[in-house]
Amino acid sequence: MLTSIKTNQFQGSESKKLAMMYFRVALILFGAQLLMGLIAAIQFIYPSFLFEVFDFSVARMVHINALVVWMLYAMIGSVYFMLPDETGVETVGIGLGKLAFWVLTAAVAVVVLVYIFIQVGPGKESTIWLINEGREYLEAPRWADYGIVVAVLIFYYNVFATYMKGRKTGIVTVLVADLMALAGLYLAGMFFTDNISMDQYFWWWVIHLWVEATWEVFVGAVAAYALIKIIDAKREIVEMWLWIEVLMLFGSGILGLGHHYFWIGTPEYWWEIGALFSSLEPVPLVAMFVHVLYDWGKEQGIAKAAGKPASIVKNGPAMAWIVLNAFGNFLGAGIWGFFHTLPQVNIYTHGTQFTAAHGHLAFFGAYATILIGMMYLGIQEAYGLKQLKATFKSKMAIFLIAFGVMGMTIALTIAGYEQVLIERAELGGGWNSYFVGQSMPWYVQAQIWRTIMGVITFIGFIYLVWDMLTIGKEQASAAADAQPAAA
Amino acid sequence: MANENKSVWTSISFWRRSAAWVTGFSAILLIWLTFDSVNQIAMGSDADLQKAVAQKREINRVPAPTVINYHIDYKMDEKRGHEVPVIGEKEPFFGKEWSPQEAAALLHLGKLTSQAKNCMNCHTLLGNGAYYAPDLTKAWLDKAWRKGGPLQAMTGKSTREEAMAEFLQHPSQYPTHARMMPNLGITAEEAKGLVAFLKHMSSIDTNGFPRNFSKTVEQFKTGGTNAH
Repeated sequence: MLTSIKTNQFQGSESKKLAMMYFRVALILFGAQLLMGLIAAIQFIYPSFLFEVFDFSVARMVHINALVVWMLYAMIGSVYFMLPDETGVETVGIGLGKLAFWVLTAAVAVVVLVYIFIQVGPGKESTIWLINEGREYLEAPRWADYGIVVAVLIFYYNVFATYMKGRKTGIVTVLVADLMALAGLYLAGMFFTDNISMDQYFWWWVIHLWVEATWEVFVGAVAAYALIKIIDAKREIVEMWLWIEVLMLFGSGILGLGHHYFWIGTPEYWWEIGALFSSLEPVPLVAMFVHVLYDWGKEQGIAKAAGKPASIVKNGPAMAWIVLNAFGNFLGAGIWGFFHTLPQVNIYTHGTQFTAAHGHLAFFGAYATILIGMMYLGIQEAYGLKQLKATFKSKMAIFLIAFGVMGMTIALTIAGYEQVLIERAELGGGWNSYFVGQSMPWYVQAQIWRTIMGVITFIGFIYLVWDMLTIGKEQASAAADAQPAAA
Repeated sequence: MANENKSVWTSISFWRRSAAWVTGFSAILLIWLTFDSVNQIAMGSDADLQKAVAQKREINRVPAPTVINYHIDYKMDEKRGHEVPVIGEKEPFFGKEWSPQEAAALLHLGKLTSQAKNCMNCHTLLGNGAYYAPDLTKAWLDKAWRKGGPLQAMTGKSTREEAMAEFLQHPSQYPTHARMMPNLGITAEEAKGLVAFLKHMSSIDTNGFPRNFSKTVEQFKTGGTNAH
């Protein structure tokens, strides 16, 4: 993948080259996310590890920020990759897009260095402008917020201008509308207030309306594109499904926001609204899962009937990650989210390891998977391969990462049960109750298992990077060797 | 076209239109509800607070910063079926009564410090944040900080606010468990602000979260209530 900077065969598509630039940074940040997660996991077991040097708060902040940023990078990369195929024209404003990439990447690097080396500041406005804003997920200091807005505006202009110029497929239409909402929502997180309830009210506009609405629709659009690309799924069917998904995702996800408004000072009517709509959120995720398998089975059946040999899948690793996405999205976001979305349950589970369990499986299942799939599509095209087959390394990567994340999720769910029952239900929260819960043997055991599973995930990541660095080159040279023999 | 869609269920334009309508309707409903919610969670005024105390009823879900001048309790409300903050008699905060301007400035400093020190990436505030340290929503009401409570005794201070401020400035001097709070360079003024922020947060009506807050282990054994 990295070697394809020079040897790519995109045949002049600057948009796809730019996509690969975004993918590379995304992969590096993914690695950073995992390392930070490991540090934080170790601190749960050995609290003195890096104490007052690199505290949990710092590791955790970089862990979740690297997560959000790598996903946004991979999402921008996916869009630049899809645009020429979907619109039939080269993306408009690529020069500007490249400039925005470098500006954004420089800003991300500075922000991360400040997080790591400066960490916290005095209780002044200058701290939230220059060091960190101290709001989970939106820690980026205000100067960086403005940088992000400018970079995203450039990106959005490119997408919109390309859309206006080229073919207006259903997939791009959904993307253009969705990205506008996604970018606009970021603004809801860019203000300071002394009122913590107001603060969290709009903080959730960004977090929830991203991950439980606009990002999900984005995944729907990307999956639609990938199915056409990988298994030649019929556009009419894929796009019809996409509109149904948009209907269901936004229909449940927008008002599903209410499940974050149970306990932050907001009125009681959010109990009913949040419970009802967020309970519906898994429905489109089931639909997306069914849709992927249905299309795959149908296209394979058609090919078989026509007497074509074996698999119709043009990109093995990408297809595997997309099927994993369909399942992981339903399981992590759908099932694990539904577990604790009703207020009757949530009053006890809110703010416990339960949330962490759901967060891990949902971010992985819903987003990491499909974005990795898109990176494999990028590699295939960068090497001009007609078919990309999964290697041993690809299989190890997907198996170890999926196993590791699932293991972490189960461990955190067990830790969550302990915490909920002991700290919350029996002892009613508070300092003492918190530490009683944290010291229960099964809680501690669960944290150890989480760390072990984290290490397994990281080993899977090493396989993933190794595979991405080599798979294209190996299969390109194999194809080149095979050609003269055939001729 | 002979092959034109016969059923509405397989018509792309039907689903596209439906998606647009459902999305638009949901968004409008959210915005409409937001007007009401924002109105209900806007910080109250000092006059509202005085009226609420005199009439023993709640007026604002998020009271004025001057709530730091009052005793705050968290009691079961039979009608609502969960605990609610109860604002009681006046009590000094750091030995004095704070004017509306002073209280607002102190709360501002506290909220700002809570962000500058990244509290939320270990603790949860209103249940949101990280899970490495106790939830701070009602930390002000935690029995451990009361007179005779272990945390207040540990710091050697004689009031809840002074004990909390002392701890915040030198957290690793007062370890209660192997997992400790790191020294974040919190100044005396910032610590006062943080305690004001915590006291203010404890007065927010959170619909009964956390439930049965801070029952102690002993109370649990004897089946007692957690009313302060």
